[in-house]
This record gives sequence, structure tokens and C-alpha cells, in this order.
Amino acid sequence: MSKKFLYLIPAVFICLNAIAQDSNFKSYTQKIGGSPQVYDMVAIPGGEFTMGSPATEKGRRADEGPQHKVKIEPFWMGKTEVIWDIYDLYAFKNMEKEMAARHPDPEKSVQKTDASTRPSPPYVDMSFGMGRSGYPAINMTQYAAIHFCKWLYEKTGIFYRLPTEAEWEYACRAGSKTAYSFGDESKIDEYAWYRKNSDAAYKKIGTKKPNAWGLHDMHGNVMEWTLDQYIPDYYAKQPKGEAYAPVTELYPTAVRGGSWDDEPADLRSAARTASKPEWKILDPQLPKSEWWMTSASFVGFRVVRPLKTPSAEEIKAYYSPKLIEDY
Amino acid sequence: MEQNRRNFLKASGLIAGGAILKPMSGYGSNSAVGETIKVALIGCGGRGTGAAAQALSTTQNVQIVAMADAFKDRLDDAYKNLTAKKYKNAAGALVDTKTKIDVPDDRKFVGFDAFKKAIALKDVDVVILATPPGFRPSHFEEAVKNDKHIFMEKPVATDAPGIRKVLELAEEAKKKKLNVVVGLQRHYQANYREAIKRIHDGAIGDIVGGQVYWVGSSPWMKERQPSQTEMEYQMRNWYYFNWLCGDHISEQHVHNIDVANWVKKGYPVQIQGTGGREVRTGKAYGEIFDHHTLDLIYADGTVISSQCRQFEGTWNRVDEAFVGTKGRIDSFDGKKTILKDYKGGVIYQHDDKGDRNPYQVEHDELFAAIAKGEYKFADAENGAKSTMTAIMGRMATYSGKMIAWDEALKSDINLFPDKLAWDASPKILPGPDGLYPVAVPGKTQVI
Repeated sequence: MSKKFLYLIPAVFICLNAIAQDSNFKSYTQKIGGSPQVYDMVAIPGGEFTMGSPATEKGRRADEGPQHKVKIEPFWMGKTEVIWDIYDLYAFKNMEKEMAARHPDPEKSVQKTDASTRPSPPYVDMSFGMGRSGYPAINMTQYAAIHFCKWLYEKTGIFYRLPTEAEWEYACRAGSKTAYSFGDESKIDEYAWYRKNSDAAYKKIGTKKPNAWGLHDMHGNVMEWTLDQYIPDYYAKQPKGEAYAPVTELYPTAVRGGSWDDEPADLRSAARTASKPEWKILDPQLPKSEWWMTSASFVGFRVVRPLKTPSAEEIKAYYSPKLIEDY
Repeated sequence: MEQNRRNFLKASGLIAGGAILKPMSGYGSNSAVGETIKVALIGCGGRGTGAAAQALSTTQNVQIVAMADAFKDRLDDAYKNLTAKKYKNAAGALVDTKTKIDVPDDRKFVGFDAFKKAIALKDVDVVILATPPGFRPSHFEEAVKNDKHIFMEKPVATDAPGIRKVLELAEEAKKKKLNVVVGLQRHYQANYREAIKRIHDGAIGDIVGGQVYWVGSSPWMKERQPSQTEMEYQMRNWYYFNWLCGDHISEQHVHNIDVANWVKKGYPVQIQGTGGREVRTGKAYGEIFDHHTLDLIYADGTVISSQCRQFEGTWNRVDEAFVGTKGRIDSFDGKKTILKDYKGGVIYQHDDKGDRNPYQVEHDELFAAIAKGEYKFADAENGAKSTMTAIMGRMATYSGKMIAWDEALKSDINLFPDKLAWDASPKILPGPDGLYPVAVPGKTQVI
């Protein structure tokens, strides 16, 4: 599985010079045809960065080391976390139908394909009363987030996927080497929603300052899924050339960015979070939902698009993650 | 009462303090693992299977020995899912499904009378009742008659005759000292327990108002298959038929209505409300409404408002809030369980660190009591009265009338089919256009 995926991942050390960062590589707005929804994508130039944190960093944990160099190929990343307004179109077929009827567009109807595998409808309200329109979608599983990317691909024809941990940290740092992209903790309230200023709820996307590359809410608001299995000592034992850890077990997988419910240390660029079975603690069913976490109101995601589009076969493989049942 | 296995458990629990018990003779290989509490699962959907897994995850020696469902495929799936993995119990020890799930084919019961056969098994100590709620009164009856301890999911009925039956049986269960836990899990959730204890102690004065909500999105729906009889279709798509589900006001919103009753230490004497089908109007959605809003009027004149709806793409809230003469609680949700006074002071703030899964706590406490031979849980009466409150709410929104508790409880409108069989007719049938008749406020009779 991992070999197949290498092609998809920009961080493998292939000849970087071959990739021209041409004039077409610009930030853009992805329209979701046949609906009024749009999603802003920011062009992230390729480069090399130091992943992880120095032992001297305040709040640093052992899983953030050793620091090591990683090369990243150019990609686009969502300017913000994916909001419910878009996620609900994918999660609720009825909403998608309704939207298609209201915004007829024969060429780009949001209903033009219907091959999507969709989440089962949740029994409880997954926004937990924190707000829906304009707020980040939360409580989805990593599996559901990958299927969202597939849905988006079917609707737009453009390959989207979850970021790797390396891409995520690279984009979060935006060239910085400090604990946060904005420097030290002193300016945290200008950039992040976290435990002290969130009044125990997530906030609308993009209401704090962006980082140097124009990405909002990389620190705080909601944590974000990555593509990786969480392996605490991965930086030490990472196989050469492998840019990420493919998922083989349901738990833990790697989540980044800290949330409205976290302390400042959890919001640092290098901070890593491991997903837990307890994030489904309030799911009373067996097997537990493959689509919803039920108790992870602090986890959402944003998507990336690699500059180099993988082959149709690779795309198909990416969008067919193995379902690991959760008992 | 005859000296059966369950009584022996209680007696020996009293004598030996539950600590040293001789292995009982029983099914298959279980004698090797010492004393066991034997469970029959009635209703093998996702929730029933989850409840069985929670029973297995207690620290008691629990064994699932029988399963029953109307549908063979549901039972087979549940068995497969239950045996697919080893569980860890609350103490972190591995639960061996090979010995803990001892359900050979002759203790897998399928069909409308499957529950009777499973409950009648002499060695069964506890039954989990997790079928669609319409069946609950008859299943509860069978369980009480057979002297079983009971875990039953909410709601506990779908009409007034069903509620009356559960109330009668609740008394009988008390006399027999049968532990009954109802799956209104907020009663087993630490933040509710702690905050409501303080409210009852007067922390925010007398409760004079409040709001309870289940404002969320629409759950699953099962498409009609060409081969299905009307009975099979309604059973598969049970959420949308009142004889099975009770409408979502009862199936789901009963949780929040129950919290209002719990906080008020009583049940509404009158309810009026409004509701309808606004979004979910197609023939796939049976007869239930997609939104209801109620005034719950209590004996002291307090009005608590209640809202439930199942719309997609809207503002949502599943929560409760109450106003007292000295303070208020705005939310029980997660970290917001905070009792405040009117000067901005915090009277009590619940710290949810270390709080346990309330679905698991229900089973932990039930099985601990059973193992010790204690009689500790009599949830059926409240379960029935809170379910009745939700049914009254449905009566109010369907009729558009002010509904009084006493009249509602006396109602003889029985939604249950006269006969249960795959080729028998439920009482509500689709018209020529495939649409089911739906209540019309001002016209529909509910009592």
C-alpha cells in the first residue's frame, strides 16, 4: 500500500528542480458547481523545512523529535477548515439534491455524479449546538474526511486529499522556526481560538489573523486530520524516502493544530495529537460508526491539492481506503 | 417466588458478599470461569448489540447466552459483530468472547415470538430489551413475569395503553425486587447527576422556567424493497411509524423532556404545542412529523418549552437549560454545565475530566447491583412517565389541542396491530399515491 502512495506524496525526494513553479501555480477559489459554496485554496510553494521542535521549546513533547529536514513539493491548501455548509452537502444527499434544484447548472450540477459513498446520518447533532453555518465541520472520522475528498473530486474533477503531517506542519510554519507561526505565545490571542478565549466552543472560520502564507486557524479553533498513522517515534525511525506513515490501524492516527478546547502548548506548529477510541465514547452502537466520532467536537480538517496530479489509478487507490471496523 | 437461579445469585451474594461463589452448573464452558450473570439480548440492532457489548465490558462475570430478533439477518450481523473482537472490561482485563458469548444456534431465536423463547430460558438472569419501542411493553411484561433483571432502552412504549401496562409492571417489578435500568443515560451521566443534585438542593432556587431541545438532523431511513410485505417494510423502516417508534418526539426528544421532569421532580399536568411535516414529506417517511414545539405545563404553573426537529442544514442544539429564582443553568452540554447566580457568580461548575461513558455506567451499576444481590434500580416508572410526557406532546401537536395528563393516560387509542405476522396488516397503510395519512392539527383525534 505505501509504495503505491509514494507517488501521491510530494515530500519524497525526487528531483525538485523538475517541478516548475510556473505562473499557473496561484491561489484560487474552488467553486462547488450547482451550489453557492466555494472553498479558497492557497498556493503553497515547495521547499525544505525542519520538521519537529527543538528540545528547548516550551511545552515540547518527545514525539516532536528528533528535528529533521523534509522536502515538500508544491501544493495548494485550504485557506480555512472545511465548514458544515460544504460538509453537509456531502453528508446529506437530500441537501445536495435541494441545492442542485435551487442552483441549476447542467454543466456543473452538484448532482452530476452520484457515485459518492456518504456518511450514515448521525443520531445526535454533530455540531453540538456550537453553530453550523460558517463554522468548521467536526466529529467526522478520518475515513469520512477521505471520502469527503472523493466526493469533492467527483463534483469538481480535481484531486483533493488530506495533508500529510509533514505538509501540514510545513504549511503551518509558513517559513517560521518559532513555536508558533507568529512567534511566541505572547500574541496567541490575535491568531488562535483556544481554551482561554473560546468560551468552550469553536468559532466561525477565518476570524483570527492568518499565518504568513495566508492560512487561517492553523493554530486552534479545531484540530485537523492528517493522512498519517500516529507513531510517536516516527521521526527517529522513519524509513528513508517515506514521507508519511500510511494508516494500517484505526487508532491512533495523527491530528494537528490544537483546538478551542486546548492549552497553548497543544497549538504549537510541531505539536502532534494521537486520535483515541474515546473520541467515540458516546456512540452506543456496535460496531461503532465508521463516519462519526460523536465525542471529538474539537476535530475537523482541511484539504490539500498536490501541484502534480497523480494518475487515475493512484487516485482510485487513494479514494478507496480500507474500512477498519470499530468495535 | 420459586427458588430459581437468579434468586440463588441474590441469596449467595448476601451470604458470601459476592466474593467467593462456587461455579454454577450452566451452559457450555462457562462453569470454568466461575459465577456468571447470564444475559439474553432481545433486539439485535446496532443499539442492542452495543448494549450487549457494554454488559460484557463490566467487571462482572457476564455471559451472553441467548439472542432474539424479528429478523434473522439482524441477529446474524449482531452475532458476527459481537464475536468479532475481544473487549476490555472496566478494569482493563480482556474479555474472551469465546466463552462470554455462548449463543449456539438453538439459542438464537428469530421471529415475532423470538423474545418469549429467549426470556423464558431458566438460566437467564438479565434481559436487554432493545427492539423498536412499540414492542417494549410486551417484552417488559414477559421479563417481569419470568423474574428477570432488566435493562431496557427508552422510550418504553408508543401509546397510552402501552404506558399503562409498563406502569403496572413497574409495580410488579418493585415487589419482586427486580432491578430495572432504563436507557435514559443522562441519569447515569456525571454532569447531569452532579448539577441536578445541586439544583434539587436549592442551588439556583425554585425552577420557574426552562427550555429543552433536540434540534438536529434526520436519522436513517430504509428504502422499501419490492419483495417486502407492508409489515416487513414498516418493521425495517420503523423510525417513521408511530406504533413502532412513537414519532421522533418520543424516540429521541424523550431524553430532554425527561431532564425537564427530573429537574422539576414531576410531570406536566398539561401540554399544548404545534408541529408538522415541513421538510420530510415524501412517502419514504411514513407518518411522523419532522418538527414539534411544546409548552410543558407543570402543576405549580411553571412552563418549560420543548423543541425538537429533524431538519438538515439548520441551527442545531441538543441540550437543556433552566431558570431558577436564584440562578440558572444555561447548558448541560460538555464543559458548559455551570450553575450561575444572577450577579455573574459561578455556583457550581462541573469538571468533566474523568467522567465515564454514561452508556457504560448504566451497565456497570446494574450488573454490580445484580452481582451483589442488591435491589437498587427501579427506573421503569420514571421511564414510563417521561415517555408518556413525550407521547402527550405528540398528542398535542397532532391534535392542536391542550392535552391534560389524566385524559392522555386514559386514552384507549392503541396503535399496535391486532395481529403480528409478516402477512398481517399494520393499522396505518399507504394510500394509492404511496403516502401515509398524516395527522392534521384541529382535525385529528388523539384521545
